[in-house]
Amino acid sequence: MTTTAPILALKGITKRFPGVLANDRIDLALRPGEVHVLLGENGAGKSTIVAMLSGLIQPDSGRIEIEGRPVTIRSPRHALSLGIGTVFQHSMLVPSLTVAENLLLGAPWWRRPARREMAARLGEIAAGLGMAVRPEMRAGDLSLGEQQQAEILRALVRGGRVLILDESTSMLTPDGIAELGALMRRMAGQGLAILFITHKLGEAVSFGDRISVLKLGRKVGEIPPERIRGEETVGEVLEMMFGARTAGAADTAPPAPPRPGRRLVVEGLSLPARDGAPALEGISFDVAPGEILGIAGIDGNGQRELAEALAGQRRAGGRVLVDGRDLSAQGVGGRRRAGLRYLTDDRLGEGTVGAFPVSLNLVLKEVGAPPFWRAGLERRAVIDAHARDRVRAFDVRTPGVATPVGRLSGGNIQKVILARELVPGARVVVFSKPTYGLDLANARATHQRIRDLAAQGIAVVLISTDLEELLALSHRIAVMSGGRIAGIVANDAEARARIGRLMVGVAA
Amino acid sequence: MLTEAFLAALLYGAVTAAVPLLLAGLGEQMSEKAGVLNIGIEGMMIAGAFAGFFVAYHSGSLWAGFGGGILAGMAVALVMALLCVGLGLNQIVIGIGLTLGFEGLTALMHHFLFSRTYPRLPAAEALAIPLLDRIPVLGGALFNHPPVVYLAVLAVPGMAFLYRRTQLGLNLQAAGDRPAALDVAGVDVTATRFAAVLTTGAFAGLGGAYLACVGAGIFVPFVTNGAGFMGIVLAMLARGRPVWVLAGAMLFGICLALTTAAQVAGVNLPTDVIQMLPFLAVMVMLVLFGRRASLPAALGIPYERGAR
Repeated sequence: MTTTAPILALKGITKRFPGVLANDRIDLALRPGEVHVLLGENGAGKSTIVAMLSGLIQPDSGRIEIEGRPVTIRSPRHALSLGIGTVFQHSMLVPSLTVAENLLLGAPWWRRPARREMAARLGEIAAGLGMAVRPEMRAGDLSLGEQQQAEILRALVRGGRVLILDESTSMLTPDGIAELGALMRRMAGQGLAILFITHKLGEAVSFGDRISVLKLGRKVGEIPPERIRGEETVGEVLEMMFGARTAGAADTAPPAPPRPGRRLVVEGLSLPARDGAPALEGISFDVAPGEILGIAGIDGNGQRELAEALAGQRRAGGRVLVDGRDLSAQGVGGRRRAGLRYLTDDRLGEGTVGAFPVSLNLVLKEVGAPPFWRAGLERRAVIDAHARDRVRAFDVRTPGVATPVGRLSGGNIQKVILARELVPGARVVVFSKPTYGLDLANARATHQRIRDLAAQGIAVVLISTDLEELLALSHRIAVMSGGRIAGIVANDAEARARIGRLMVGVAA
Repeated sequence: MLTEAFLAALLYGAVTAAVPLLLAGLGEQMSEKAGVLNIGIEGMMIAGAFAGFFVAYHSGSLWAGFGGGILAGMAVALVMALLCVGLGLNQIVIGIGLTLGFEGLTALMHHFLFSRTYPRLPAAEALAIPLLDRIPVLGGALFNHPPVVYLAVLAVPGMAFLYRRTQLGLNLQAAGDRPAALDVAGVDVTATRFAAVLTTGAFAGLGGAYLACVGAGIFVPFVTNGAGFMGIVLAMLARGRPVWVLAGAMLFGICLALTTAAQVAGVNLPTDVIQMLPFLAVMVMLVLFGRRASLPAALGIPYERGAR
């Protein structure tokens, strides 16, 4: 792989959104014949770069250069005419039209669509790259992998030289991902410059010629082709993404050791894949009273599905036991009454009803039940008294219990959910990304609360994508990868390195 | 009572009643294809009916009346397009507002311009199609109508061609099904939807003008009597196919004609009950075929770039 002159280069690109610095002086160069991976967690600023390169938004400062000449990419169409084709994360195919018709969109409107010519050209390109997609198929009937191929064809059919793939593997099966990887290699072999955006480290290492790592809007490193592949790369990238363990990371005392016994037992939990959600396969673990079990993993590897299966929101195979009692047949209500509580990260979506007052949100899971309801009638005084009590206990900063929950800040909405779920009787609490989107003070308060719960003997399952958080709180950490538990490690000095290896599928 | 003459009269009346529904349905179909639920179509029709009648009455030319109706329908559609497509306001609220507003406005203007008189236009001249009009029963019923009727029916294959064979048809479909895809392809979603809504206005305006000038020969307030809403039902059941709009319009037309026929034949039922027939037919059709309605994915959702 020789270093050729870049086709497309970003120089000092900065983009601000209200309250967020999405891209901070980014430099990036795409070369023909090279797969350049852009790696970063959610919110690192990857999508902003895609949006700028495809002409959807404009950078605030900095330059985009094509073959050394500065350009302004005005629109998606302009990007295509400059030879930059983008496959977006969300499908950009019209389901009711055929593949060929989809790719004809954008031709002058007074012309008859040249379906046959387009189909012939597509067939040629597709055959050359070994694609399975047929031009006369309806886009809505295609598999996700085929849809992606159709979108790649759109980028190529007009003579594209740069192909941007935005999180293209997120919806694919493992086979589909391998296929896409092979396809990328073939396209790079034909001299295309490819920008492959992903948050999956394993894909980055196996498909990329060059890896750039983004973190919180800044580029924190680039690994050139001569240094790529192998385990050192993994370690190096992990360090760029998560940072080395800093001395002050453990902001509070380590958690108290758990008590003996098994409070939560999960045996062979499994769930078929659905609507692009990954499957769960044979998940087994147990949590002792007072233990915090961290669940690590890169987002989208089944963590959400695991949480929902534990909470009873999805019907899954296998068994879930709390203190020896089998809850497998119970729904959400039964599990809740048995002391299994789930705190969702989707706080305003499934966690609360934004337009409802704080007071009602605090009894949302007991609607119709005494003492808050009697004979089907709401007892406002009882609900309000209960709410005032919980608001005080959890230090919810709200103007009053009648304030709609949607008007509170993220941290206070989180407290409302905590106040609702941690009512007496909790034995097992499942947290899903509990500090996601919270500021530092609220995050710390939440951490302290999780510790306190464990100290009371409650078994805690802590799902998080923030490795620092897991390392600071957990006794043991399970790593999820592709809907399975890749391994469970004790939280000791080597935990960080072993977790990193488990995440990318290298055995610990 | 099922004599040849009766059947011929029934069919003739069905065609006359079906034409405004057909025009409304075809127009609504265009909007819905492009992703705009055009509830304001009833308002466009009543505006077209009033303007069409007014122009025809004063100019003495039916064709000028149709032209006036089309322009009035498009004017109302322009308001709808500006508010719903341009500004992205709620299509249902604006649509209902336009319908109620123009029903009231036309009633008021009729009161000012004609006071309590209801002048009548001369009957429209029919154009018999040679040879075909000699077919027994069907000939007189189907092939002896004013020219505008044939034009409305010819619009059916015309629209089918537009949707299935032209680039514009692809664009319309994309604007309704996945506007972001159209935008990324470099086609202006707003302009596409704008054009679709204006076309709807033209169809609805013509339908209204026909209703007043040919169907009734007279303008009375609220003369459209829900024809626009029936057009919405037709468009929803037709799955984007113009020929199904024609079929549905004929079915409703027969029901409408039956009400007249039943009254003429002296069926012993209260008029109110008979006049419910077409609306009963709408409900029966919705119950029977409501499931097959398949609507564009982005119907009723204003397009905003970057929003998902």
